[in-house]
Amino acid sequence: MIEKLPQIWPELLLFLTTCVVMLTGQWPSAPIRRLTPWLAAVGLIAAGGASIGAPAGDGLFPGMMVYAKVLTAIVGLMMLPLLAGTVDRELEAQSARGVPFQPIRSNGAEFYAFFLFSLTGLMLVSSADDLIWLFLALELTSLPTYIMVTISTQTTRSQEAGIKYFFLGALGAAIFLYGFALLYGASGTTNIPEMAAYFRAEGLGPIGLLGVLVSLIGVSFKVAAVPMHFYTPDVYQGAASPVSAMLAFVPKTAGFLAIFMVAGVAGWGEDQRLPAEVDAMLWIMAALTMTVGNVLALIQSSVKRMMAYSSVAHSGYMLVGVLAGPGAEGSPFWRNGLAAVLFYLLCYGVMNLGVFAVLASLERKGEEADDIDDIRGLVKTQPVLGWTMVICSLSLLGFPPLLGFIGKVGLFTSGVASGNIPLVIILGINSAIAAFYYLRLVAAAYLEPASDTGFRPSPYLSRQFAGLLSAGGVIALLFAGSGLIKAADNASRIAPPDGVAVPAKHHDAGHTTPAEPAHGHASQPHG
Amino acid sequence: MNPLWLMLLILVPLVGAMIIAFGSGKNAYRDALFASLASLVPAVAALMEFDFTHAGHYQGQWSVSWLEPLGLKLSLGVDSVALLLILLSVLLGPVCVLASKTAITDNRKLYYAWLLVLQSAMVGVFCARDLLLFYICFEFTLLPMFILIRMFGSTNRVAASTKFFLYTFTGSLVTLAGLVYVVKFAAERNGVWSLDIGTLTTAASYMSPKEQAWVLGAMLAGFAVKVPLFPVHTWLPLAHTEAPTAGSVILAGVLLKLGTYGIYRFAIPMAPVAFTEHAPTIAVLAIIGIIYAGLICWVQDDIKKLVAYSSVSHLGFCVLGLTALNANGLSGSVLYMLSHGFSTGGLFLMIGFMYERYHTRDMRKVGGLASKMPVWAFFMVFFTMASVGLPGLNGFPSELLCLISAFQADGSWTAAGEPGAAGVTLGPWYAAVAGTGMVVAAMYLLIMVGRICFGPKIEPEGHHHHEVLPDDLNAREIVTLLPLAVGCLAFGLFPGLLLGAIEEPVNDTVRLVEASHELSGPHAMADSASTAAEGVRP
Repeated sequence: MIEKLPQIWPELLLFLTTCVVMLTGQWPSAPIRRLTPWLAAVGLIAAGGASIGAPAGDGLFPGMMVYAKVLTAIVGLMMLPLLAGTVDRELEAQSARGVPFQPIRSNGAEFYAFFLFSLTGLMLVSSADDLIWLFLALELTSLPTYIMVTISTQTTRSQEAGIKYFFLGALGAAIFLYGFALLYGASGTTNIPEMAAYFRAEGLGPIGLLGVLVSLIGVSFKVAAVPMHFYTPDVYQGAASPVSAMLAFVPKTAGFLAIFMVAGVAGWGEDQRLPAEVDAMLWIMAALTMTVGNVLALIQSSVKRMMAYSSVAHSGYMLVGVLAGPGAEGSPFWRNGLAAVLFYLLCYGVMNLGVFAVLASLERKGEEADDIDDIRGLVKTQPVLGWTMVICSLSLLGFPPLLGFIGKVGLFTSGVASGNIPLVIILGINSAIAAFYYLRLVAAAYLEPASDTGFRPSPYLSRQFAGLLSAGGVIALLFAGSGLIKAADNASRIAPPDGVAVPAKHHDAGHTTPAEPAHGHASQPHG
Repeated sequence: MNPLWLMLLILVPLVGAMIIAFGSGKNAYRDALFASLASLVPAVAALMEFDFTHAGHYQGQWSVSWLEPLGLKLSLGVDSVALLLILLSVLLGPVCVLASKTAITDNRKLYYAWLLVLQSAMVGVFCARDLLLFYICFEFTLLPMFILIRMFGSTNRVAASTKFFLYTFTGSLVTLAGLVYVVKFAAERNGVWSLDIGTLTTAASYMSPKEQAWVLGAMLAGFAVKVPLFPVHTWLPLAHTEAPTAGSVILAGVLLKLGTYGIYRFAIPMAPVAFTEHAPTIAVLAIIGIIYAGLICWVQDDIKKLVAYSSVSHLGFCVLGLTALNANGLSGSVLYMLSHGFSTGGLFLMIGFMYERYHTRDMRKVGGLASKMPVWAFFMVFFTMASVGLPGLNGFPSELLCLISAFQADGSWTAAGEPGAAGVTLGPWYAAVAGTGMVVAAMYLLIMVGRICFGPKIEPEGHHHHEVLPDDLNAREIVTLLPLAVGCLAFGLFPGLLLGAIEEPVNDTVRLVEASHELSGPHAMADSASTAAEGVRP
């Protein structure tokens, strides 16, 4: 365990910050309480900085850690200004008027701490080289978000959302844990590279195959893909916008990293395709996820529900990249579907944030904007928010030359290059369906006359700043994208198989159930 | 040719748009007029410097890397076809601004800024030498047009703009898949990932006929919607009818040509064998469009819708010329792309001027205007004649060439126009049936001009004189029309000048198609390393 330490410095730093934040958030003196988000920012910067120099991991994707951790830190930092004022507002106002601060009634500390916990979990997912580690890290990513959803507003809707999210999340976790158990049963190891080496040598077998399929279905909860997408609209709408923005990025990224690992265990074979059954299931999942997400988004009038379904759809787009796989050794970026997904996660994180930032920045009697009517004429009444909405919606639409388009080009090229042209056509048609509802957002904010809906800018101006960061990111990454694309490309390379012990030997020497390849598959689950 | 001119052609309107967007909005019209006139300067300079003796070579080439891992470059260059289309787009700039002075009264900043952005994007489409840059500009034209229709259109504008955007956007995404396939094929063949259109064109002709057929299908999904070809034309009449006058002019003048230009520049050179094979099918669709849209025009009372459908009908001839795949057809088609904008653009302007005065486009409510508006009626008759294809005006030579080419492509002429065996078989029947489209056009257009100009005088109930505009055209409006009218005359009287200018690139394309018949098929798959090395021509 101790040799892992250099790899997980970023996580440790973030964890440390979490503990500090938990204390400062409860501090009786207001100035120290107000330091909390700044401390969180310092922790994120430190974690991001520490991950740049970190050594390569032992997992299936040795380079992934650096990219994923820096990505987490960057998007986390962009989200921080958005979180301002989400909880404890009345309490803070009271204590500003002189009423003594009551730590027992405050949940500001927990809120920031859970935010950082979740990001720590995401970072841990990226350095996972073991199924148990992966499971724990995935749960560390998700558990805090259940609570964040629940405490994000005072309404019963949030509580309902939290409960729904928790129970379905538990169901998802149970399913992928079952899948992991099957994988362990089939291979006799929980170490991911060893498991991949074993399956490469011995073939997947029925149990292994079942394990991969069940794990993928379970993890699809995290990325909000069909068939585990049902919670998204209710949860996104029930949570406060800043939390919804986080839900669309953090669990999704964790889920995709887990999908990479599970798919990597099954392996992209000689022809650079996943095993036929896995390929078929992911194909159907991708096609359904895109289509269901986009078609249901069409009929929403609540922007948050629309964005929830669009989050489903974007997961479908990214599954196209997973199907394409990393390509043969040394193949360029345009063939590398996983790199395209990693880059798209960054694009999605940045541009999605902007839409939620706009919603969070508008309020009427403490209630956030949600309906599409609430953003009508925004460019005229609130230019910064309005333009953020326009730019981010167009980018989500995949309108050239904005960031979402550049991200999608990678998915397109890898899909075509891997020979998955029908799915790419479905992706194209779905982008066009998506155009319909994103255009409604653009038109409402930019082209329609303003009417006074009673919504005023939120007193927490940092939320507008988050929106500005997002819109600026959409433009700036167009010019700085080259380096990030290259980084994503490096991150998605699978560790060369040599050097990893095939677990069959490991079994002979070790104490686990000996697995004789000839009859091993059937007997292992019982052993 | 100095690449600076091409850059200026893109940048000048963009800078103008910025100035207008960040300005007070009071002088939006004046600034837009200035910017659009200013962009004529680099256009004229480019025309002067262009070496027409090597018209098929890309001139003014310039390239800088943008997103290196994707291979995306900002890469410019024009041959004579692209240059002339750019000139058309730039020339329509001031015309559109002038035509909008009194028609657009609210939100001028937004209107003129996006009008200029649209001009930049159109120029970008024609001078892009990078596939992705082409696609970016091609798609980007949707946004300004969407905004122009949505904000400044008439009653049904929301539906029209959405339909316009969705039709073209959906088609283009399928086109993108096809283009990406070509890039992938070229990359595997050459070993280098490149988005350079020249490299891709060279490599693409090595694709097997089956691959070419799929690529052609994907490309047509986007380009045919843009043209628009029957049966995906239904967005156009709506968009045209609802768009503001300047929007209609640009739509008819340039945006529709992006479709035929796409076919000419990408579909034919990149999938020559498949295009030859499927040319008769495409030609049949084009001919159905010619006649079907013509018949619809016949029964229209909405004059703007009539002209919109006539656009569908006319562009059928343009596509017919392309499918003939011989020198006459391609030059006729390119000529049509250039000249159609003048006559149909002129008609849309005439209708716009009338609409400003009467606020109706219904020929049952307004007509017989010749006595009240003689100057207007003169131009109306003039542009109608140009559109009908009266010899001496612009419609005639291009329409004639397209028909002749269909006639010639009967399998007994080579593409270069000499007797012998060749690939495409259209033949006299195609030409004859398409030719009836000209008769139909004469009927509906003459009926239109008869009703609106010379019938019994009708004015809508409760009609008042316009607050600003006189009964007949004022000087600004005449100045707006003059460039188009002069263009119609020049194209009609001296088509040889233009045909000479585009001869070389057109012949290159024809030769490429002929050569591809020897390249394609199983031989191409197993060809030697030496031909593969040829494909990597920088």
